[in-house]
Amino acid sequence: MKIMVAIKRVVDYAVKIRVKSDKTGVETQNVKMSMNPFCEIALEEALRIRESGLASEVVAVSMGPTQCVDTLRTGLAMGADRAIHVDTTAALYPLSVAKLLKALVDVEKPGLLILGKQAIDDDCNQTGQMVAGLLDWPQGTFASKVVLDKEKQVATVEREVDGGLETLCLDLPAVITTDLRLNQPRYATLPNIMKAKSKVIKKFTPQELNVEIKSDLEVVQVTEPPKRKAGVIVSFCGRADRQA
Amino acid sequence: MEKWRNTHRLLRQSTKSLFDRRSHPNFQNSIHLSDSRFTHNFGRTCKPFRPYLEHQKWNPKTCFHPLRDHLEYPKTSMGACIGKSGKIQCRFFGSVATKTQRHPSFSSLNADDISYFKEILGEKNVIQDEERLSTANTDWMRKYKGSSKLLLQPRRADEVSQILKYCDSRCLAVVPQGGNTGLVGGSVPVFDEVIINTGSMNNIISFDKVNGILVCEAGCILENLASFLDNQGFIMPLDLGAKGSCQIGGNVSTNAGGLRFVRYGSLHGNVLGLEAVLANGTVLDMLGTLRKDNTGYDLKHLFIGSEGSLGIVTKVSILTPPKLSSVNIAFLACKDYLSCQNLLMEAKRKLGEVLSAFEFLDKESVDMVLNHLEGVRNPLPPSMHNFYVLIETTGSDESYDKEKLEAFLLRSMEGGLISDGVLAQDINQASAFWRIREGVAEALMKAGAVYKYDLSLPVEKMYNLVEEIRTRLGQSAEVVGYGHLGDGNLHLNISTPQYDDNILAQIEPFVYEWTSKHRGSISAEHGLGLMKANKIHYSKSAETVQVMASIKKLLDPNGILNPYKVLPHSLLSYN
Repeated sequence: MKIMVAIKRVVDYAVKIRVKSDKTGVETQNVKMSMNPFCEIALEEALRIRESGLASEVVAVSMGPTQCVDTLRTGLAMGADRAIHVDTTAALYPLSVAKLLKALVDVEKPGLLILGKQAIDDDCNQTGQMVAGLLDWPQGTFASKVVLDKEKQVATVEREVDGGLETLCLDLPAVITTDLRLNQPRYATLPNIMKAKSKVIKKFTPQELNVEIKSDLEVVQVTEPPKRKAGVIVSFCGRADRQA
Repeated sequence: MEKWRNTHRLLRQSTKSLFDRRSHPNFQNSIHLSDSRFTHNFGRTCKPFRPYLEHQKWNPKTCFHPLRDHLEYPKTSMGACIGKSGKIQCRFFGSVATKTQRHPSFSSLNADDISYFKEILGEKNVIQDEERLSTANTDWMRKYKGSSKLLLQPRRADEVSQILKYCDSRCLAVVPQGGNTGLVGGSVPVFDEVIINTGSMNNIISFDKVNGILVCEAGCILENLASFLDNQGFIMPLDLGAKGSCQIGGNVSTNAGGLRFVRYGSLHGNVLGLEAVLANGTVLDMLGTLRKDNTGYDLKHLFIGSEGSLGIVTKVSILTPPKLSSVNIAFLACKDYLSCQNLLMEAKRKLGEVLSAFEFLDKESVDMVLNHLEGVRNPLPPSMHNFYVLIETTGSDESYDKEKLEAFLLRSMEGGLISDGVLAQDINQASAFWRIREGVAEALMKAGAVYKYDLSLPVEKMYNLVEEIRTRLGQSAEVVGYGHLGDGNLHLNISTPQYDDNILAQIEPFVYEWTSKHRGSISAEHGLGLMKANKIHYSKSAETVQVMASIKKLLDPNGILNPYKVLPHSLLSYN
């Protein structure tokens, strides 16, 4: 069985974000970019499934401008077998990403599609759900535990929901989105970095996949949250709004 | 009888202060280390060091032990040192203590002095409060405690000048204090010296954006300066674990080294000027901002590294390097020490201009970190290798640097220099690597008692010392070696469950003699302070030390600045 993992190149989690002066977005020039932490977890899970013998191949996919190749290289260095880069400079919103993923799934025919639950730059938490809808596949989102059963072709997924943990059983093929507690991603070791140099990164364009990238969303403005106001010291202990 | 009564009083005093510490959980937070996750250099998190006692079951025996020794064996260590004033210099955790006596020529504080200080500084800045004094009297490692009764917080250099002039005329000993993060007992009083704390002088005076020249007051905390510079696109040329508390005046006075030394060099090169106040109150304005100035003797170098014994630094002018965007870090394993050395040579050649840190740790130190700190995992499982090396590069082009580092590492691997390694892919992973290196000191504090040595040795011989000490001590102690291999600086630490004079006797003076034999330095970056005040002859010739004593006499004839420290007591006779 093949596993496809979608990874996204985002502003590094530890960087202090600054808003661009024209308020059209966040400053991304000269800022450290790396793989979305949830995507790292997704890739780690895929690698563990492959190592346990339940899958034969892990394919990493990323979409965006040329620099995405760096993130794919990291993925290959972690242990992915192949990578696919969808080359486009257009702004990609979750629906476009979902459509592109569907097209790739039709090409590659994986048994499992794993994504991070959300990207830390837009916090959308929509791509996994949308692509499952487009593919008409079952979805296990916010996974904190994944157990595969090859014979029965099902995946048992434990989800973190507001009320606690929910366990679902999904028929394969399925879409899984990963949450923080699923695993701890591995580091890219030097031997793997060396092997990654010879691994293949295949390029596609949206046109080749017959997907039109248009968006029904328009970002109007991006501003910083209002600064915290100074606290007010009240003269008595009790509800400040109630009159004595 | 008198002796016994004095010791008994001390016993009760020390118990009281230990109790105080336990009942004030915020005490350890008052000396706060940085939680700098978002600084340019991948923010290494440094957790506050918790006192040794908090992590062992507080056992009364452990506390009383050193003093019990004293009672039973009055001839050793502290027995001889009860002077007329009944003040004993107490090393809490017992050891071959220096037989320091409070010098009779220093006066004691009286009410007139206090009112004079209140007049110059204002009520608020003259502190006699027990709690605050207790914190100011104790050093960071909880190893030394003085008994000062007065803490002063001047706000400007002229106030420092007035204080010193008065103290000099009254022959009152003083201790300049910054962030109080020193590791050799140089920042706390030995007896009742007046503490002059520079913390209130914390303004940034000016910053030249073109050349990166920062002029600020001595009480600015290093991390605050780093944040300010970060917004301007520059960085401080030095970086150390204590950056959340240490002040630049103290850094300059101790010629602090740190993690960026291999790239940016020593403070002697980066400090362009300073303003210092001498013992008699003279304010020496050497606050130049020029890169080149060959007019006369360059006196500022005397103050850099003098540990507050020649003058109190009140302003600093420092050259700051531009912030470079691409930082890469690798955590590597080597099978033996020879490979580490060869790797260093290769790194200096092949990574050359982008190399910004080269640290090494031995297996025992990484073991200690993994066992005692939470949330830390070995980046290179499953086996433990013998030596680990951490290499950091800082450059201006992300992809170019990464390629360069990768190529270097792969070649080293093929050449057999490295047996395994990982490359950090994002800032979090980089922080995790630094956490391991920076966490060794903390892990050692948690493991029990630690004997710390900071030595400069020729790189080829460095690890031989660790192995020899290991053989000497056998099973009785855990010996770890780690440090700034790039600068030839070894941090040798011996960890035992409790402080024990027998163990100390096996370590000292062997360590110092070994270092001296190989023409190394007994204090690479920590300074001499109180801990090594009488040991300077291991690394400097008698004639040199004589000249140092003459300079001290010239600039501080009454010896009021930070007495009992840096230079041997025998050389400094106070009139």
